[in-house]
Amino acid sequence: MTDPVLHLSDIAYRWPGRAGFALSLPELSVAKGETVLLLGESGSGKSTLLSLICGTVTPDSGAVTVAGTQMTALSASKRDRFRAEHIGVIFQQFNLLPFGTVTDNIVLPLKFAPKRRKRVQSPLREAAQLCAALGLPDSIHTAKANTLSVGQQQRVAVARALIGHPPVIIADEPTSALDAGAQTSFLDLLFAQTAAHDTSLVMVSHDPRLGARFDRVIEMQDIVNVNRTAP
Amino acid sequence: MILRLAFASLWARVLTVGMTILAIALSVALFLGVEKVRTGAKASFADTISGTDLIVGARSGSVQLLLYSVFRIGNATNNVSWESYQEIAARPDVDWIVPISLGDSHRQFRVMGTTTAFFEHYKYRQGRALQTAQGTIMDDLFDAVIGADVAATLGYSVDDPIVVAHGLASFAEHKDQPFRVAGVLEKTGTPVDRTVIVSMEAIEAIHVDWRGGAQVPGQSTPIEEIRQMDLTPKAVTAALIGVESPLQTFSLQRAINEYRAEPLLAVLPGVALQELWAIVGIAETALLAVSGMVVVTALIGLMATIFSSLNERRREMAIFRAMGARPGFILSMLVLEAMITAALGAILGLAILYVGLVVLQPLLDSAFGLWLPIDAPTLRELWVILSVIAAGAIVSLIPALRAYRMSVADGMMVRT
Ligand SMILES: Nc1ncnc2c1ncn2[C@@H]1O[C@H](COP(=O)(O)OP(=O)(O)O)[C@@H](O)[C@H]1O
Ligand SMILES: [Mg+2]
Repeated sequence: MTDPVLHLSDIAYRWPGRAGFALSLPELSVAKGETVLLLGESGSGKSTLLSLICGTVTPDSGAVTVAGTQMTALSASKRDRFRAEHIGVIFQQFNLLPFGTVTDNIVLPLKFAPKRRKRVQSPLREAAQLCAALGLPDSIHTAKANTLSVGQQQRVAVARALIGHPPVIIADEPTSALDAGAQTSFLDLLFAQTAAHDTSLVMVSHDPRLGARFDRVIEMQDIVNVNRTAP
Repeated sequence: MILRLAFASLWARVLTVGMTILAIALSVALFLGVEKVRTGAKASFADTISGTDLIVGARSGSVQLLLYSVFRIGNATNNVSWESYQEIAARPDVDWIVPISLGDSHRQFRVMGTTTAFFEHYKYRQGRALQTAQGTIMDDLFDAVIGADVAATLGYSVDDPIVVAHGLASFAEHKDQPFRVAGVLEKTGTPVDRTVIVSMEAIEAIHVDWRGGAQVPGQSTPIEEIRQMDLTPKAVTAALIGVESPLQTFSLQRAINEYRAEPLLAVLPGVALQELWAIVGIAETALLAVSGMVVVTALIGLMATIFSSLNERRREMAIFRAMGARPGFILSMLVLEAMITAALGAILGLAILYVGLVVLQPLLDSAFGLWLPIDAPTLRELWVILSVIAAGAIVSLIPALRAYRMSVADGMMVRT
C-alpha cells in the first residue's frame, strides 16, 4: 500500500461549550483511491469526525494529515485554503446555495482554490462535462439550485466535489435523503467518477446495506471512543 | 462572481431586503429633502432683498428691523420722524432712499405706503426688479398696487375698489376712502406678493379723521377736501437706502446709528440675515438631527434584517466554509450585502427626492414662495449617500461578526 492520502492519529476532540460530546480516535488511514464507508448510529460522532478531517474544527490533540500535509499544523486560514484545494465535500442535503445557478454552485470551490482552479482548463466546460457524466440534462446549467429535485441537487453536489479533481472526497450521508432507486444510481455515478480519477472517498452512513460497494467498511465504534457528559 | 452571488442572495430575499431598501430610501429622501428646504429657504430669504445697502428704522433689534421692514413679520415699535428721514435723504453719500410706512392692512394682507421709487429700487433674486402683470404702478392718491398673492387670493384685478383698514386685523375700516387697484404685480416669491402698496400720501389721507387710533366722532372729511390737504407724511416706519459707493456703507451706517435727534438703527440686510440664521440655526439643527435619526432608524432596521436572516443562512455559510471560504469571507460577504442594500436605498432615496421636487416645486412656490431649484446632486448630497453606505457597512459589522463566530463554531456541519 502506498502512502495514505488521509491519516489521523491520536485524535482527541471535545465540542466547546455545553455540548458535552468528546471523541478520541487512535488511528485512521485511507489509501489513495480507496473507498471507505464509516458506519455508525446517529449521534455517534460521524459528522464530527468529518469536520476534523476537513479541518473546519481542529482536534485538541493529535494530527490530521491529508495528501502529505499535516493540516493540524496549519494556521486557520491556510487550513481553509488547503481544504479548498484538496477536499471535495458532499453533505446529506441542502448542499447548494439556493440562489445560485447549478454552474455557480459547481465552480464555487475553485474560487477559494487557485491551484485546483489552474488544473481546470475551462471551469464552465468542466462543469458541463461533469453534469453530463452525472446524468444531469444540459438545460440544468443555468437553473437556480432551489428549483432542482433532491436527487439532482445531490448530483450537482458530487460535480462540485469532483471539479478540479481533489484527492479526497468527503461525503456525509449523501444518500439518506434519496429513495432506494435514486440511491443506487447516485452511488453508481459517484463510484464511476472516483474510480476514473483514483480519488479517495470517505463516506459516512448509518445504513449497513451500502457496505458491499466499498473497499472497506469501518464501524465507528471500532475506531472511535465517544465520551458523553450529561449537560 | 461573488458580487453576482451577493446580488442573487439579496434577490432571494427580495421582500425583506426590498422593505429595508425602501426604509433607507425614504429616510435618505427625508434627510436630503430637509436639507434642500433648509438651503432653499435660506436662499429664498436671501433672495428677498438685493441691491439695498442699508435698512433704516427706529432703534430696535437688527433682526426685528429686517423682519418687519422686509418680511412684514412683526411690527415696528417706533417710527422715524419725517425730519430725520429728510435729513438722511439729503446726505451726499445717499444715492437713493425709499420710505416705507406700515401699520395698515387690507383683509389679511399688509398695506405698505411708499413712493414710486420703491418700484425702481427694490430688487429681489439677484437684482430682479418688480414688474406689473396688469395695469400700472400708482399714479393717483387713491391708487393701490397689489402683489400677486393678494390678487389671486381676493380675486382682484385692475380697477377694483378696495378699502384699507387701520391697524392690523382691525375691523375699523377706513370706509370713506375707497382705493382703486391700479396694478397687479408679477409673482416674485417675496413678501411683496402679499402686500398692498399705496403712496405715502395715501397713508396720511386715510388717517385724516383719526387721532390716536380712533376715528374722531362725527368727523368725515370728504375725499375732495382731502385731496386739497397737505399730505406730507409725519413719519416713516423704515427706509431702504442705496449708497453712492459701497465704501460709504459703513460710515453712513455709523452716522445713522449715532444720529442725535432720535435713536435710529441702520443695518446691512446681509448682516441682519446672518443674525437671523444664527437664531433659526437652532431649530434648523434640531430638524436636521431628527431627520438624521430617521436615517439611523432605517440603518438599525437594516441591521435587524441581517440579524434575523442569520439563522436561515447558517446552512449557506456552512457551504461556503466547506468549500474553503474563511470565516472572514463570510463576514465580508454580509458587509458587502449590507453595503449593496444601503447603496440601493440611498440611490432610490435620491430618486424619490428628485421626483418629490418635481411634484412639489410648484406647490411650495405658490404656497410659501419657496422656490427649490432642481439641480444635479451637490457634493454634500453625494457625501450623505456615501456616509449612508459606510454607515450600512458599519452597522452590518455587528451581525456579520456574529456570523463570523457562528461559522467558526459550526464548522461546516450545521447542527440541526
Ligand atoms: N457544532 C456543534 N457544536 C457543538 N456540539 C456539536 C456540534 N456538532 C455536533 N456536536 C455534538 O456532537 C455530537 C455528535 O454529533 P455528530 O457528529 O453530528 O453525530 P452524527 O453525525 O454521527 O449524527 C452531538 O450529539 C453534539 O452533542
Ligand atoms: Mg451527521
